[in-house]
Amino acid sequence: MLNHEPAALLLEDGTLFRGRAFGARGATAGEVVFNTAITGYQEVLTDPSYRGQIVTMTWPHIGNTGVNRVDVESERVQVAGFIVRDVVTEASNWRSEQSLDAWLREAGVVGLCDIDTRALVRRLRVSGAMRGSILTGEAAEAALQARLDAEPPMEGRDLVSEVTCGETFVWRDGIQPLDGADAPRPGVETRRYRVVAYDFGVKRNILRLLVEHGCEVVVVPAATPAAEVLGYEPDGIFLSNGPGDPAAVGYAIENVRALLGSGVPLFGICLGHQILCLALGGTTYKLRFGHRGANQPVQDLGTGKIEITSQNHGFAVRPEGLPDGANVSHINLNDGTVAGLDHRDLPVFSVQYHPEANPGPHDAGYLFRRFTDLMEAHRCARD
Amino acid sequence: MPRRSDIQSILIIGSGPIVIGQACEFDYSGTQACKALRREGYRVILVNSNPATIMTDPDTADRVYIEPITPDTVARILEAERPDALLPTLGGQTALNTALALADAGVLDRLGVELIGASVKAIRKAEDREAFKEAMESIGLEMPRATLCRSVADVQKAAEMFGFPLILRPSFTLGGAGGSVCYEPALLDRQARAALAASPVGEVLVDESILGWKEYELEVMRDRNDNVVIICSIENVDPMGVHTGDSITVAPAQTLTDREYQRLRDAAIACIREIGVDTGGSNVQFGVDPRTGRVVVIEMNPRVSRSSALASKATGYPIAKVAALLAVGYTLDEIPNDITRVTKASFEPSIDYVVTKIPRFTFEKFPTSEPVLGTQMKSVGEAMAIGRTFAESLQKALRSMEIDRYGLEPLIGDVETVRAKLKAPHPDRLYYIADAMRLGLTDADIEAITAWDPWFLRQIRAIVELEGAFAGLPAGTVSRADLRTMKRAGFSDRRLAALRGTDEATVRGWRHALGLRPVFKRVDTCAAEFEAHTPYLYSTYEDECEAAPTTNRKVMILGGGPNRIGQGIEFDYCCVHAAFALSEAGFETLMVNCNPETVSTDYDTSDRLYFEPLTLEDVLEIVHVEQPMGLIVQYGGQTPLKLAQDLEAAGVPILGTPPDAIDLAEDRERFQRLLADLALRQPVNGIARSVEQAVAVATQVGYPLVVRPSYVLGGRAMEVVQDEAGLLRYVREATRVGNDRPILLDHFVDRATELDVDCVSDGETVVVGGVMQHVEQAGIHSGDSACCLPPWAMPAEVVAEVERQTIALARALGVVGLMNVQFAVRLVDAPEIYVLEVNPRASRTVPFVSKAIGRPLAKLGALVMAGAKLADLGFTAPIIPPYLSVKEAVFPFTKFAGVDPLLGPEMKSTGEVMGIADDFPTAFLKSQEAASQRLPTEGCVLVTSADEDKAEFVALARRLVDLGFSLMATRGTGAALTAAGMTWAPINKEYEDGDTTVRAILDGRVQLVLCTTKSPALISQSRKMRRAALQRGIPYSTTLVGAAATAAAIERLRAGDVPVRALQDHHARLTP
Repeated sequence: MLNHEPAALLLEDGTLFRGRAFGARGATAGEVVFNTAITGYQEVLTDPSYRGQIVTMTWPHIGNTGVNRVDVESERVQVAGFIVRDVVTEASNWRSEQSLDAWLREAGVVGLCDIDTRALVRRLRVSGAMRGSILTGEAAEAALQARLDAEPPMEGRDLVSEVTCGETFVWRDGIQPLDGADAPRPGVETRRYRVVAYDFGVKRNILRLLVEHGCEVVVVPAATPAAEVLGYEPDGIFLSNGPGDPAAVGYAIENVRALLGSGVPLFGICLGHQILCLALGGTTYKLRFGHRGANQPVQDLGTGKIEITSQNHGFAVRPEGLPDGANVSHINLNDGTVAGLDHRDLPVFSVQYHPEANPGPHDAGYLFRRFTDLMEAHRCARD
Repeated sequence: MPRRSDIQSILIIGSGPIVIGQACEFDYSGTQACKALRREGYRVILVNSNPATIMTDPDTADRVYIEPITPDTVARILEAERPDALLPTLGGQTALNTALALADAGVLDRLGVELIGASVKAIRKAEDREAFKEAMESIGLEMPRATLCRSVADVQKAAEMFGFPLILRPSFTLGGAGGSVCYEPALLDRQARAALAASPVGEVLVDESILGWKEYELEVMRDRNDNVVIICSIENVDPMGVHTGDSITVAPAQTLTDREYQRLRDAAIACIREIGVDTGGSNVQFGVDPRTGRVVVIEMNPRVSRSSALASKATGYPIAKVAALLAVGYTLDEIPNDITRVTKASFEPSIDYVVTKIPRFTFEKFPTSEPVLGTQMKSVGEAMAIGRTFAESLQKALRSMEIDRYGLEPLIGDVETVRAKLKAPHPDRLYYIADAMRLGLTDADIEAITAWDPWFLRQIRAIVELEGAFAGLPAGTVSRADLRTMKRAGFSDRRLAALRGTDEATVRGWRHALGLRPVFKRVDTCAAEFEAHTPYLYSTYEDECEAAPTTNRKVMILGGGPNRIGQGIEFDYCCVHAAFALSEAGFETLMVNCNPETVSTDYDTSDRLYFEPLTLEDVLEIVHVEQPMGLIVQYGGQTPLKLAQDLEAAGVPILGTPPDAIDLAEDRERFQRLLADLALRQPVNGIARSVEQAVAVATQVGYPLVVRPSYVLGGRAMEVVQDEAGLLRYVREATRVGNDRPILLDHFVDRATELDVDCVSDGETVVVGGVMQHVEQAGIHSGDSACCLPPWAMPAEVVAEVERQTIALARALGVVGLMNVQFAVRLVDAPEIYVLEVNPRASRTVPFVSKAIGRPLAKLGALVMAGAKLADLGFTAPIIPPYLSVKEAVFPFTKFAGVDPLLGPEMKSTGEVMGIADDFPTAFLKSQEAASQRLPTEGCVLVTSADEDKAEFVALARRLVDLGFSLMATRGTGAALTAAGMTWAPINKEYEDGDTTVRAILDGRVQLVLCTTKSPALISQSRKMRRAALQRGIPYSTTLVGAAATAAAIERLRAGDVPVRALQDHHARLTP
């Protein structure tokens, strides 16, 4: 009755799912993870933190609102593969410009749909995130296995070097209003603070929000030496999100350690948070299946307030053995893991989650204000 | 912060009777709240006039007051109980309004009762449209341009500003009552007047039209630390212009990008903060322009609502329970998530399935009312379905409606009719859209007419295309792949059979032979991120089954499906009681139902909840997975009863009364033989399968006649006909309504009193639960008649005889469980007793009787079905309370323009209330107050009577004159009054010129209407008068006995000082 091109997913533990292909045709492999956000697939797909991962969306209908030029978090689709229950090929939204299927095909990203995604998610929940491979067409299990075997494990993997920018640039765009014109809106006129942002795979909305908060943002490649960063005479330094194992980016940890002594305020998000922890002398570990979604409750231990946050991480900061002076400032209420750090003596803080949202709630947006307040206080102290 | 220890007792106000716009969702929320607060050690006092609720069970709250929800009565209860706090946010608009009135009257301050959950200020800010608009502006949110009007001239001015169409919304009304959309200037005056009259404060909000915009709702929770979470987003498939209660809705929202959704989320949070709802749930509605994305706030409810019940069932997040705990000081991070056990309530549910809700309408009950949807809610119930895709959940919801449709069956075959039908929102619009697609209209065409979002249209088109492809497959069996594709899109076996020209059993055979069965997945609040410990399940065609059935002794209870007139909360009450009783007795209980408003679909009620359609296919698949020891089919009303024989034929064990007994009671000929064997009388009757036969049978039986199609509940299409002309008119309509089933003709026992009897039988012992005497004469549907337990004016020997006959019938039918019998009694020299109807199942009156006699009949029935004996349960003799309990019906006439509020054999009420007191006038008075009949203590009574009633009528008029009322009468009635020496003011009939009854009522010159009418001609003549009374909220009686009871109640009202008493105190007086 209906003819569709088949496709299959093989997991490291031998579980096989057969469904059908969408997006690009071919083969792919990566760490298979799941995201529980109901909205925001376009932001997820373009988030550089997903580099090297095959993302499964738990929400069954993906593609409802198509894709547009604005809701992107980087210049390209980043995921290694995409798995959904049902791919919607005809979008309905006043901002839609293209279908998800066509967009992924152009981007060369392989998709698998029509499988029991809930069964897959339950498998990942129990056994942990693991490698997997997808082949489109009548995929033989041996071929899937071969592709899977060629994929290195996530631990110890430096994916940052794949996603960081090639050279330094200045970011100027603010948030584009939803019902506004096509062009990105320039940020507010007054730029009170100069921020150097390490690009470990930065999401654009972080940069947009820094601009909205009156920052001039100089984005530098991940391996930029500390001295060069300080050469910009920044009011603050930002450590971005990014993919892979934080322990594998030793160069970044070294640079941050050097910057800690400068006294310049420092703010880290996600991978940036983990790198800050490692630079301070703490340790990180891999979570079984991580936190990926837009509904993760976090408590600010300082105020007791709860914020619903967007998260995307497979590694976490170990609370035990944090160096003297470092404090756990936020915890994830679902499992008690560390969600934020600050410091008794240093003007630094970081969070494991994504205050820039996209996708997700805006509850944690106050952290950008906290960063500018810190820069303001630091500037006053300096002057 | 832990729970507050400075308060020890809390009063909760329920929502009263089931009405359109306030249904059993408030029993669900109130029951959850009572349970949660008692578990926390609070003393809970409950006020609700609705006996059919779980919340008014004596074990739900420490003190249960089944009393009218009026400020006066609640004030008395507050005086008696002196609670520390009042929680007004769980009983709908009724509770909020009552709490506001108590605050305004200074009662709360005087008694030191704290309002918790929402402050007076917050309630007012959300409810008062001008204040709300100001508040929204202050936080930068737009509302549709609107202006508050207090006169027709104001409305005209607004029309000049905004143009047409215009939305008219009266302030402070339920379900948008009195609201309308005005499309043209010619209709403006009339609609403006109606809207102004509907508002208790004479205010109407006139809105610029945002018809056709996308409509969304967000359910928001806030705690005392200002933590706010969104539980669920809901998108209306019917765009703006159709009341959200009447819209097909989907959760979560489907057609918003993340940024667009987050904008609504931010707005909803800003809204709850600005309005200042301290703790608990609120609901915020938005309109979004599909062309530009412009967002406007429509309204906010500072309380739990119908949508929050839906959101709770859709996500597994118990909003009302959490709201109650937040109200006593907990914060969201302190409340555990029951489903995951490891996480807390401070999160936002993520779901990995699609939820579709479809409203259930009963326009067929009100044939003079146009089946057009608008801003005033008209649906009486709803069904919800869960599927992994929209197509699956939509098709499951369609077959959950129980309207004898199992998918998108074609209804219309020509393109012009379809185009015309699509224009006005009709309850069947979804079907018409599918028809339009079959007839070649494009999605763009349909969108242009209906403004439905293209996303939904494409989903519907995909279903229609699959139907075509499946029907076009080569003859014979179909492949596994093809059948799987269809099942994954949600098609029922029955619909597939229709597409292949075969029957359901054949398709089921194919499916099972191909190994195609559904799996069951869990509703877990978190999209599988955490393990679900609560077996709340739905079916889908996927790979992995999460049912994990146990090997315990288990009983499956089939619920009643969507509420409708004739089958509502009473049956859900019975199902819930079955679950409670069997669980206590050590059985595992499985509930199957698809009504999101109910307590039965709370995952806390049974051990395992299957949120599934109640069709043979769906039930058989659950049975296959669970293998229960038996099914209870006699508690969910007609819905499961209709499945009984097919289930039994499929080898499924049915507990209690054998399905054959149902057939015996329903089959006219078999039943006649049974009565003859028992030497019981029934009205002369006959059966007819054609028009000619009907005329012939009618002559034998004799007029007047009660005519009806066989196999109906709620008196569907039942009528009293006086002569052959009436019969012929009826037969033409009934054969259409009755699906070619025969019609039944009974001689109508005129001037008889009806008695209703509920009993329970274990197969050996039969115990009568209660005998109820109807207030209205026989001929009014039992569901619409007020009744009294025990009978207040019936010879003891008649009651004894009726009990004897009931016991004989239960034995003869082999009843194990519950049974209801209706009798008509004519009190002539030797009383004549006729058996009208026997229902070997739980009846609508079971909850009322249980509350009156202090024994849980439904629990006892469930236990005997599972094998217990009444002797062991300690229930062997009837309980005759030393007090009287009166049940009164509540009607939806105000929601349906032009409908005559006259009662008849077809049931029209949506709900019921109960009044309890030591004497009949007081109990009846309470029931009237609870039903919002504001009886006058002085003023003018308009009397007009049928000729044959005049003698009794005159006596009644004298009684009112003695009470100080003046009389206004039409000429015929007036002559009789003059003859009896009474003075009266003349008034013309409504069809005459000059000063008419209608004018007098509308002008406020009449405080009470007593009007008895029988002939069809007179009925239609006095219709406008009854409508006028309805519109002015003036009490009216249309029967002699009803009028006499009203007079007695007015006497009682004038005597003053009506006492209140808790149900527990009433029950303490019962002798065991």
